[in-house]
Amino acid sequence: MIHSLFLINHSGDIFLEKHWKSVISRSVCDYFFEAKEKAAEPENVAPVLQTPHHYLITIYRGKLFFLSVVQTEAPPLFVIEFLHRVADIFQDYFGECSESVIKDNVVTVYELLEEMLDNGFPLATESNVLKEMIRPPTILRSVVNTLTGTWSNVGDTLPTGQLSNIPWRRAGVKYTNNEAYFDVIEEIDAIVDKSGTTVCAEIQGVIEACVRLTGMPDLTLSFMNPRLLDDVSFHPCVRFKRWESERALSFIPPDGNFTLMNYHVSSQNLVALPVYVKQSISFFDSGPCGRLDITVGPKQTMGKTVEALMVTIHMPKAVLSANLTATQGSYTYDLATKVLVWDIGKLNPQKLPNLKGSLSLQAGAPKPEDNPSLNIDLKIQQMAISGLKVSRLEMFGEKYKPFKGVKYLTKAGKFQVRT
Amino acid sequence: MQQQRFFALRLSRCVLALADQSARPAAADPGGGTFPLFHRASPPSSVLRNEDLKEMLESNKESLKLEAMKRVVGLIAKGKNASELFPAVVKNVASKNIELKKLVYVYLVRYAEEQQDLALLSISTFQRALKEPNQFIRASALRVLSSIRVPIIVPIMMLAIKEAAADMSPYVRKTSAHAIQKLYSLDPDQKEQLIEVIEKLLKDKSTLVAGSVVVAFEEVCPDRIDLIHKNYRKLCNLLVDVEEWGQVVIISMLTRYARTQFTSPWKEGASFEENNEKAFYASDSEEKSERTEAEAYVMDPDHRLLLRNTKPLLQSRNTAVVMSVAQLYWHLAPRHEVNLVTKSLVRLLRSHREVQYIVLQNIATMSIQRKGMFEPYMKSFYVRSTDATHIKTLKLEILTNLANEANISTILREFQTYVKSQDKAFAAATIQAIGRCATNISEVTDTCLNGLVLLLSNRDETVVAESVVVIKKLLQTQPTQHSEIIKHMAKLFDNITVSMARASILWLMGEYCDRVPKIAPDVLRKMAKSFTAEEDIVKLQTVNLAAKLYLTNSKQTKLLTQYILNLGKYDQSYDIRDRTRFIRQLIVPNEKSGALNKYARRILLAPKPAPVLESAFKDRDRYQLGTLSHSLNSKASGYQELSDWPAVAPDQSVRNVEVVEPVRARSSQRFSLSGPASSSESEEQSSEESDKTSSDSGKSSSGSEETSSGSDSQQKKKKKTKKAPQKKSKTAAASRCYLFLRGKMVADVYSRASFQVTAPSFGPVKTYELLHHMTGKGLSAKYHFPRQPCLHQPGMVAVQVTLSNGSDRSLEEIHVGDRSPASLNIHCFNTIGEYEASSWCERLYLNKLLPLPEQAPPLPDKPLSLNNIDQAKKTCTISISLPLVHDCCTLYNTRPLNPRAHAQTHTHTHTQTQTQTHTDRDTDRRGSTLKLSIAGD
Repeated sequence: MIHSLFLINHSGDIFLEKHWKSVISRSVCDYFFEAKEKAAEPENVAPVLQTPHHYLITIYRGKLFFLSVVQTEAPPLFVIEFLHRVADIFQDYFGECSESVIKDNVVTVYELLEEMLDNGFPLATESNVLKEMIRPPTILRSVVNTLTGTWSNVGDTLPTGQLSNIPWRRAGVKYTNNEAYFDVIEEIDAIVDKSGTTVCAEIQGVIEACVRLTGMPDLTLSFMNPRLLDDVSFHPCVRFKRWESERALSFIPPDGNFTLMNYHVSSQNLVALPVYVKQSISFFDSGPCGRLDITVGPKQTMGKTVEALMVTIHMPKAVLSANLTATQGSYTYDLATKVLVWDIGKLNPQKLPNLKGSLSLQAGAPKPEDNPSLNIDLKIQQMAISGLKVSRLEMFGEKYKPFKGVKYLTKAGKFQVRT
Repeated sequence: MQQQRFFALRLSRCVLALADQSARPAAADPGGGTFPLFHRASPPSSVLRNEDLKEMLESNKESLKLEAMKRVVGLIAKGKNASELFPAVVKNVASKNIELKKLVYVYLVRYAEEQQDLALLSISTFQRALKEPNQFIRASALRVLSSIRVPIIVPIMMLAIKEAAADMSPYVRKTSAHAIQKLYSLDPDQKEQLIEVIEKLLKDKSTLVAGSVVVAFEEVCPDRIDLIHKNYRKLCNLLVDVEEWGQVVIISMLTRYARTQFTSPWKEGASFEENNEKAFYASDSEEKSERTEAEAYVMDPDHRLLLRNTKPLLQSRNTAVVMSVAQLYWHLAPRHEVNLVTKSLVRLLRSHREVQYIVLQNIATMSIQRKGMFEPYMKSFYVRSTDATHIKTLKLEILTNLANEANISTILREFQTYVKSQDKAFAAATIQAIGRCATNISEVTDTCLNGLVLLLSNRDETVVAESVVVIKKLLQTQPTQHSEIIKHMAKLFDNITVSMARASILWLMGEYCDRVPKIAPDVLRKMAKSFTAEEDIVKLQTVNLAAKLYLTNSKQTKLLTQYILNLGKYDQSYDIRDRTRFIRQLIVPNEKSGALNKYARRILLAPKPAPVLESAFKDRDRYQLGTLSHSLNSKASGYQELSDWPAVAPDQSVRNVEVVEPVRARSSQRFSLSGPASSSESEEQSSEESDKTSSDSGKSSSGSEETSSGSDSQQKKKKKTKKAPQKKSKTAAASRCYLFLRGKMVADVYSRASFQVTAPSFGPVKTYELLHHMTGKGLSAKYHFPRQPCLHQPGMVAVQVTLSNGSDRSLEEIHVGDRSPASLNIHCFNTIGEYEASSWCERLYLNKLLPLPEQAPPLPDKPLSLNNIDQAKKTCTISISLPLVHDCCTLYNTRPLNPRAHAQTHTHTHTQTQTQTHTDRDTDRRGSTLKLSIAGD
């Protein structure tokens, strides 16, 4: 299915190529560069492009383009999902997915790509399986390697996961401290209109787990109020039928960090936004200037403090500079990208943070047609805004007592205030 | 000269050193880095650097070779040519160092095509590796061998594929499925043979193989739908446990399959379709009556099975899986069930941007046909300012599709915000969307039109231009009351520079010139002035306007028209010259123009049908959803059309017989094989459990399932027999009670987890002790299973017995003893006359398949004995009991047995058999044990 992969950096250099079938000249990327030229932003390049003989499917991640070449009909999502999985694996192996890191580890990257696909069809995409075949670089090994140059980072046996029906877990896991931690992270997606009424708001949640347990534990995680969950998607380890019948998550966990489930909170429940924003942004015809006044205040936070509050505004092109004063936190205005960022920090309900001042416009340019919208970022610890609560975690199949813990966190997802 | 060379060599060393440095800490230099810089600066240095690499590759030090290979791979990764190192690299193909070997593989696959002759040198290494006991090595040897695109080795590949397709390891079989496609692309003439292998692999019951073989099927012989029949139910049942990538291909293949095999579930409730049918059959009364009888649609149980088994996959974390299930429901499910997929599709919109793009495209196509599906989720499609432009336009498209009388006001309000967007391309798209809403929903036409007219005073040109174009289209639908707007637009004409908008206004003037009798000639006058500077499309419309005015108001415009026609006559564009010539002949009467002239008025001023504003996704549903073709809206190469539902369902029994048979037959066979001994009981029980769950849920979801076929009674019987062991299992282990959850999978997991018998012990050939030299008074015997094929019969397994005589006496007449029972076919070695103290080895060949008679004792006592006679007339018997030997492969799992603890090991082996069969149940590595024991004295 996937014929070749090219990694292209932000400035359009191909710095890695891998072919799973016969070699395709890198000139095929020219079609992509053409499309990239046309699009103003790298995000705007269409993910699927057609060329006379090939189809190019691209993802843009971490300032890198992963461009795959497909020759015949293949589900585009299949390819896209796979490319993202590749990027995830790089992230997992090297801590980040950037050009320099990939160039540093080009051999490991190549070995990984070799194992992940055979003849263009995914072979091993579970990070657990891959790590048994190709060990991730560690400091110790790089030291030994430089000294002796012999420590192989390739395994020579087939990982047990590859054969079993639980490819996500390897056999023979051992820990002295057995622990299982779950982070319930909820994100609020909302659009608030000019007048402050909520146009739409929904909550998306994810349960991230970090499980380090010996042997083959079988876990059951149950909720106090599973009815809240409207739509869910699971890690393959979760037994779906058990969820359907009991609304509990029963699974043999992968080893280490993983995303257990994603969920969507039913839209019947009205979402209580934790903050409100009072804003007025105006541009005047007379004289090249505009005025900006933003106040953020708490709305429904259930006694918790709102942290890491941040307001981001993509200003119109005509705005030259901003002369503002913030009662709390600091602001920056990037002249090149025209992005105004106001980093507030903790929200103090007694003294509401305010950002006020004037904007100067390019002389001669017409005043901007519309006002930019504000993107809000925030965090609330120890609270899941939907009210979802984990009631208990049970373990079967192993004798020891693990440490267990659940953490809640609410974040702003795509929280936008129109002005 | 020499000095020069020396210098160049030094330089190349220097390059290497630099490269070395850059490889480690500071490869961050953008773009090229040190390598290409030198590469470009001094071409000979690259050659010399390769010399250096060659030297390293040919050195004796493993570490140097590895380092060199790493650099070579670095070169390949950058797309540099390293083909001249081929001879040096290929020598290392047999290296012991696994990492080095792998890197050599990478190199080989990349360059073998270019250096075919040299590549052949490596083939024998792979052939040898194909016989390795380590399945991983076998698999990777096959992978590389099949990736070497050298036509000469096609027969070798074919042989290797055939062998690997019968391998014991599902991983190797999976690799062989991949190799099929590679061989097919290398040599399409092998198709027939490959189809045979595919047919064989399709029967494989391993979840690991299923996905890959379906890919091979789709690539090699997608039209051989008949191969699927027998495996259809198996694939459906395995689907949940197949790895996610395999799920995607299997689901899309099954979608295609189902469309050819089942009747349409869409007839019920759709009254107009029914009418059509009646009209169609009205002539034939007989058929009509038949039709009404068959009116009550009953879904084929297999059709239902597919829908039921794919449904849980909507909860997959893999977006491609979710999409493929969604398209399956869209193309196969009854109308009222399609709504199931909505939620999951909307969920995917939270994913990466590229995923959103594809999903939105598919939703756009769906929402045209079925508004109701996505209407409740309308707000999920609201546009955010941070979305990428193509995402925004798609969302807009969907919102427009969803618009109806009830929600139009909300949508229009939303659109108002979008029109103001800084992203002007998006704002323009919004205006078009408003236009579409206005034509589709007559209640809001006026509101929209007014809104659009307001936009005409917008400062942005693209917005104004787009508004003009849309207004033009709207006016065309109801031009009577709108002369005001036309006048307004005529006023704007001077300020608009976008050609499409200018052309639109000119067209409006011409079309409705009777409503603006004073303005139109004036506009024409202005156009005559600027004609030469206009764009082609504007010129064409000017000519049109001139012609229309000439016909209606020739007094005022005759001269102007002639002037414009003259300008047009000498225009640079063919089109304009053509049009001018045509118009002139049409409207200006002369002797040549003939009869057409009379009709000029009717031709040019004919009432024109209003344009239909419709979605760009209108006709996309001709492609299967989720495909590349759908995404591109053009047929991609290799696209397989979805066929229409057959009017009459093809024979259902093609699936029935075949699938029921192997399952039943196999299990019954196992019963008989195991007999009273409980060797395969647990395996049986878990498979039944899964069967039961599936049939249970089947009952709950559709009643029609029950009456499916003749297998019903059999099913019941089966259930009866199963109840007992099921209870047992529940009490046996608390954890077992989850068995029903994911049926087979969980059961599998448990056994695998606790016993780990699936992965055989690796390493060099494992030798087991048969007779210890202490017990044998100096004589010791060891055995192992060489992987060489049997010379005598392909179905046999070789057992190599090594005897060593540690005593000082010599041995005589060594031969294989009585050959009972008859079912065991042994090809043994010849009697060895006399042997001095030393060691020797011989081979026995056992047949692989041992169908034991039903009443046979579970363990034949001495099917094979090897009599070795020493001076003291001490007889040593080797008895080999094979309760379930189907396949040589599992022999690897045998553990050496202590010859003295015969009775104990007997049971021990049994437990092992049991666990193993349990584990391998659905992957069909048939459980078997080879027990070799010594019955001394």
